[in-house]
Amino acid sequence: MLAFTIRRLAQSIVVLAAMALIVFLGVYAIGNPVELLVNPMADEAERARATAALGLDKPVLEQFAIFLVRAAQGDLGRSFVYNIPAIQLILDKLPATLELAAVAMVIAIALGIPLGLLAGLRPNSYLGRTIMAGSILGFSLPTFWVGLVLIMLFSVELGWLPSNGRGETVLLLGVPVSFLTVDGLKHLAMPALNLALFRLALLIRLTRASAREAALQDYVKFARAKGLAPTRVIGVHILKNIVIPIVTVIGLELGSVIAGAIVTETIFAWPGTGKLLIDSINQLDRPVIVAYLLVIVTIFIAINFAVDVLYSLLDPRVRLVAPAAAGH
Amino acid sequence: MRIVTGEPIPVRVRDAAAQAPWRRFAEEFAESRIALFGLALLVFLAVVAIAAPWISPQNPYDLAQLDVLDSKLAPGTPAAAGGLYWLGTDDQGRDMLSGIFYGLRISLTVGITSTVIALAIGLALGMLGAYVGGWLDALIMRVADIQLSFPAILIALILLAVLGQGTGKIIAALVTVQWAYYARTVRSAALVEREKEYIEAARVLALPKWRILVKHLLPNCLPPLIVVATVQVAHAIALEATLSFLGLGLPITEPSLGLLIANGFQYLMSGKYWISFYPGVALLVTIMAINLVADQLRDVMNPRLKR
Repeated sequence: MLAFTIRRLAQSIVVLAAMALIVFLGVYAIGNPVELLVNPMADEAERARATAALGLDKPVLEQFAIFLVRAAQGDLGRSFVYNIPAIQLILDKLPATLELAAVAMVIAIALGIPLGLLAGLRPNSYLGRTIMAGSILGFSLPTFWVGLVLIMLFSVELGWLPSNGRGETVLLLGVPVSFLTVDGLKHLAMPALNLALFRLALLIRLTRASAREAALQDYVKFARAKGLAPTRVIGVHILKNIVIPIVTVIGLELGSVIAGAIVTETIFAWPGTGKLLIDSINQLDRPVIVAYLLVIVTIFIAINFAVDVLYSLLDPRVRLVAPAAAGH
Repeated sequence: MRIVTGEPIPVRVRDAAAQAPWRRFAEEFAESRIALFGLALLVFLAVVAIAAPWISPQNPYDLAQLDVLDSKLAPGTPAAAGGLYWLGTDDQGRDMLSGIFYGLRISLTVGITSTVIALAIGLALGMLGAYVGGWLDALIMRVADIQLSFPAILIALILLAVLGQGTGKIIAALVTVQWAYYARTVRSAALVEREKEYIEAARVLALPKWRILVKHLLPNCLPPLIVVATVQVAHAIALEATLSFLGLGLPITEPSLGLLIANGFQYLMSGKYWISFYPGVALLVTIMAINLVADQLRDVMNPRLKR
């Protein structure tokens, strides 16, 4: 187990280092930010001064070395546009993204598992088929398209929900959150639903497939034959045995929901990290792009690592240890 | 002597089923009405996309044909130059119907081109990995695994942030996002096929390696790949639309469906829904049609469901 964890950790670090190099070299290649920041009337001397001030006159590899040393100290450079540390900019926006992602995941889990169970236990019923058709739709509709339709329906036609921003926030443990105010909840509803839709469809399909399989197992038949209440058979015998793949997918989706927020935040002008990324790409704000990507990739790798380790803890059958270590 | 030259021995069986595998395939596909409907829809969309320059009421790229006075007209408004704007006009007075025809053309082209290139790359790498094995196989699959652990949108965004905009660049981004699916699929198929008797027979005949790979292994690995590729065309089109919507995809001079939607987004709040909505419907119908066809292809080609 320890060997597995260490090997997996080493692999995560290699991936992170490789991503840092790719992101840095890649982002270095885009546009010249000096063009955007300096007055177009500026002369050569002033341009050179601006270039030197941003550290862009040094060789690429030296810039990367400086970047790495500083990144290790938690300094990912200053935003060209806002002139504040890029990491601070990201950390300021991160709570909004995390809140959106968390609410979306709660919606997906709270609706997806019960609906998936319903569809899985009654696969040929009208309800089961309707749920499946809905989940196929949820899979194939592009997120931004659904967001657009939501805005058209609830903001433009019905005028029920606001189409942009976070609304009123209150401080919870020093972090601004929207879900504790009515106005905030109204602002949160559409983006969260929009972001939840794909995971919802995924969880429905996964739960359905697992439940269908589990319902045919001998232990379920036996529990039924014993005369246990159907709710107990479903709640204990079936659910307990299908929970591992579901928990795994939920864990992996935690990362993808943060990445998916890029699209949702842009549509609903939700002031989170995703919108910041798109704005920064358009403004060629390199330090912010690099900082965002590194933060996101780190979160991602950390989640994948945690899920892998948890998975092998939860289910001894998948423990991927070398035969030599199997004796413990 | 034939055996020594390695030519396939001609089989003289005039069995109806063996004679026309394509016909059998078509019959099985046609068992699902909804899949046939999807196929018909897809053919219709393809014809529209190909014929766009001839059937569009106006050339949406020709600024001389656009009249700013006709901008943001509601669907069904008569045009100043005669005719009718069936689906309204956008902010530059461009006929939305023509815009959608051309947009469909670009969306389909980008989606199909990127899928074909990714398929070729994934196929080559996957087959190579499966056949050669060893460190090369491990390397290819490791890279594929790591890449697949990140969401496609994130990888594509990183690439486009790096490469900049343009049709070629977005195709490159879509290829990068997709190749790993094919490499994995073809590798797992090839690993199964490799152990079968006909490959062993070909080896015993001392056929050259490339010949076994291309003529024996490849055709038998294709069915799962075709299914994956069909689904991926839909994914590629949706991803391209998303990237264009975010302003990182295609240039504004060649608006795909995603860009048309983005273009109308700013007018959505003022009730001018048609600029975004109709391109959105076209995108949706395209994706659904492809998915309907792909679903049935998966069932027909899945040997486990064979009766």
